[in-house]
Amino acid sequence: MTAQLSLNDPQVVARPRSFKIPVILTLLTLISLGAFWLTTGGGDAFGLSIRTGTPGLGDLAWRLPSHSSLTVLVAIELVLTVLAWAFLAIRRPTPAWLSALVGTAFVASFLIWAVTNQSNPLQLTSLLSGALFLSVPLIFGAMAGAVCEHVGVINVSIEGQLLAGAFLGAVVGSLTGNPWIGLLAAPIAGAVVGALLALFAVRYWVDHIIAGVVLNVLVAGLTSYLFSTVLRNNSQTFSVAVKLPYWRIPLLADIPVIGTVLFNQSCLVYLMFAGVIVLQVMLFRSRWGLRMRACGEHPRAADTVGIKVNRTRTINTIIGGAIAGLGGAFFTLANGLAFQKDMSAGRGYIALAAMILGGWKPKGALVAALLFGFADNLQNALSVVGIAVPSQFMTMAPYIVTILAVAGVVGQVRAPAQEGQAYKG
Amino acid sequence: MNQANPAASRDWRATWSKVTASNPVTVLFAIIFALIIGAVLIAAANPQVQTTAGYLFARPGDFFKALGQSIGGAYAALFQGSIINFQAGTLGGAISPLGETIAYSVPLIFAGLALGIGFRAGLFNIGGQGQIMIGAVLCAWIGFGLHLPAGAHLLVALLGAIIGGAVWGFIPGILKATTGANEVIVTIMLNSIAGFLVAWLLTLDAFQVPGSNNPISPLVDSSARYPNILGQSINLGIILALACAVGVWWLMERSTLGFQIRAVGDNPDAARSAGMNVRGTYVWVMLIGGALCGLAATTPLLSNPPQALSLDIASTFGFDAITVALLGRSRPLGTVLAGLLFGGLRAGGYMMQAATDTPIDIVLVLQSVIVLAIAAPPLVRTIFHLPDPDRRSRPPRRQPLATSAVAGVATSTAIPLASTSDPTLVAVSGSAAAASSPATPAATAPATPAGPSGVIRRSDQGPALGVTL
Repeated sequence: MTAQLSLNDPQVVARPRSFKIPVILTLLTLISLGAFWLTTGGGDAFGLSIRTGTPGLGDLAWRLPSHSSLTVLVAIELVLTVLAWAFLAIRRPTPAWLSALVGTAFVASFLIWAVTNQSNPLQLTSLLSGALFLSVPLIFGAMAGAVCEHVGVINVSIEGQLLAGAFLGAVVGSLTGNPWIGLLAAPIAGAVVGALLALFAVRYWVDHIIAGVVLNVLVAGLTSYLFSTVLRNNSQTFSVAVKLPYWRIPLLADIPVIGTVLFNQSCLVYLMFAGVIVLQVMLFRSRWGLRMRACGEHPRAADTVGIKVNRTRTINTIIGGAIAGLGGAFFTLANGLAFQKDMSAGRGYIALAAMILGGWKPKGALVAALLFGFADNLQNALSVVGIAVPSQFMTMAPYIVTILAVAGVVGQVRAPAQEGQAYKG
Repeated sequence: MNQANPAASRDWRATWSKVTASNPVTVLFAIIFALIIGAVLIAAANPQVQTTAGYLFARPGDFFKALGQSIGGAYAALFQGSIINFQAGTLGGAISPLGETIAYSVPLIFAGLALGIGFRAGLFNIGGQGQIMIGAVLCAWIGFGLHLPAGAHLLVALLGAIIGGAVWGFIPGILKATTGANEVIVTIMLNSIAGFLVAWLLTLDAFQVPGSNNPISPLVDSSARYPNILGQSINLGIILALACAVGVWWLMERSTLGFQIRAVGDNPDAARSAGMNVRGTYVWVMLIGGALCGLAATTPLLSNPPQALSLDIASTFGFDAITVALLGRSRPLGTVLAGLLFGGLRAGGYMMQAATDTPIDIVLVLQSVIVLAIAAPPLVRTIFHLPDPDRRSRPPRRQPLATSAVAGVATSTAIPLASTSDPTLVAVSGSAAAASSPATPAATAPATPAGPSGVIRRSDQGPALGVTL
């Protein structure tokens, strides 16, 4: 008799081929080739400046030939793209590292093309370290979103939580004159917003997105109102800017480039890295994480084995709010600024997108948020160089990437099954 | 359940329940609740109140006087700025705040109608902001770039706004329909993209005032502006908005497409089973919503005096419209009334800011508290101690099945276990009976279908059903 056929058996059923990624990589390579490589000539050159953290080396600046640099990069892209098609031919999915390398090479070739024949060099280290710094609120916000979504609550109020954290952090920091006490206060404000979200979403079954959006309006109105009245009238008490220190990690910060980018940062950045690692482990390797994911994936089953679904949801929504509130400290305490109206400027929504782009995982969200931070800082870096390229389009790129990702072009991501559904016991 | 009761003595109670359960009363109490919270904020931020609170027990009269003055003054200004200004000499001056209210409400009504259609289709369109901006780009460009005769120019400019908004609404619609992309994320992204696009356009010569480098466009021609119909602030826009509201009512309640939209919103699977084109409905909803949002852009651009196209052209209409649509429960009439309410709050808010130094931001607090309170009627009932008219609308206390089943076994053996239709109940009852001790931990465990062994354990005491959590 014939053996039982199983769809999961690789011997019997061929994997479906997905042309998406090879096609995208081919497009990127063609753009590099046609738009960047062909438009530069032999005599063109670009400046590159690196601030090494190493004592005695100082700043390094080179003037490099554009055309030959682009030739190298485009050659790398071509080889990798051919490799991607080869993977397709043997019915293997394109490895992530391959896509990432092509993407990096594409961005590098774009940068070289953009700064070619400009007198000011491209400040590579400040571009990267600034990108990391700007992505801090996005990463904290994305972590908050991940915690809430895994427990089954859609957290659109990240924006409000960031803003509340920025507000209370700045006010407490100003009152005490100590940024560290402000840093302790910021998550409390975020947690209060998280508790309100839990009250409406979990206790009263209000649609999570509606509750989140309206809470954002509430926090924006409340903080702006208090800013225009209490803070402005007593600016010597409430609006004194305090700044969290930058920490230079000894030895590590001496590594060229990487040391300057990673190990000479605001202490909030280190806190962020610690948070990503801890949350990644806790979400997927701990009892707490398993319980909360059970509430997000199948609350009825979780209830059946004795997990109090709504209590778990409430507690974790508050924890999520606290994480986002901590990220709000970025706007005031990490930047050394007093509170201003609407400081978060929509970053909470971007953080939500970063979380989805990162596949509901802290480490994925880290990468996605870095992408947004990079695009954000690219605008600054290129305006320093003095480029006429409309920076709006570069800043737009990650948003378009997010839309493509959500539309399933870049890769399929799956949300927790029961997110946004009230559990009615 | 609160139908008219023949017993006369209970009549008033039933009526009271009915009245308090009705939507307008919930809205009224929500507004009162918001005003109370606003009053607390106004008083807390008032320096006079803060000073007198310092010697509250020495001279409480001062404190309460300051309290009354700050709250009363602010809310009086809110009223005078939005409804009737008694201090104006003429009748026209006295009711001119009403005109301001209507003027502020027009874009909110347009965008609120748009988002309301989306809500009823189960689509959460957060992208009003972006759709308004793109509509504004096309509308403004037609307004100052083309030079057409009066009337025709206005019509073409309106058409431009409609097309611009519809295009920006079409993108999330078609993505939702073809790939299932979450419209919330896509519209958030499109809001940002629209902002960058407008920022870029405003750097182009074609969109700038000739001879200027500021990111601001010329004003639209006077031939493209709405004619004023009453006073200085009421123009044809309100008529158009009301016409759109009627149109949306007809669409939703009387047309085939509207029926499909409502069916898809209630249950997309059922709608699909009934042969409806769910995907096509999503696209239509976003197209219509985008078009209406685009019309919201015409209020600042085409009014008299007009605003130039700038990055702030959409103000916060797109986000305010979410609250408007929620408050109006996505119904056209409700949206119009909610738009008028929020327009009034805004108009009065500016007067309040000018007259009493109370920042306009308090209006945001009022708006959001109103919407939150309405979204959660049990909250309002709890705060104001209103009776609960419909027990089912309130989240019930969790009643673990096991508890009731065990209690049933314990108290009444007359109930034949096998007659319970719910297999879960049978299993639990059976196991509880087998355990012959109803007061075991099983009584505290939630509905737990007994495992193969028939033993129920609390999960934190050990593995149950082979799952350790």
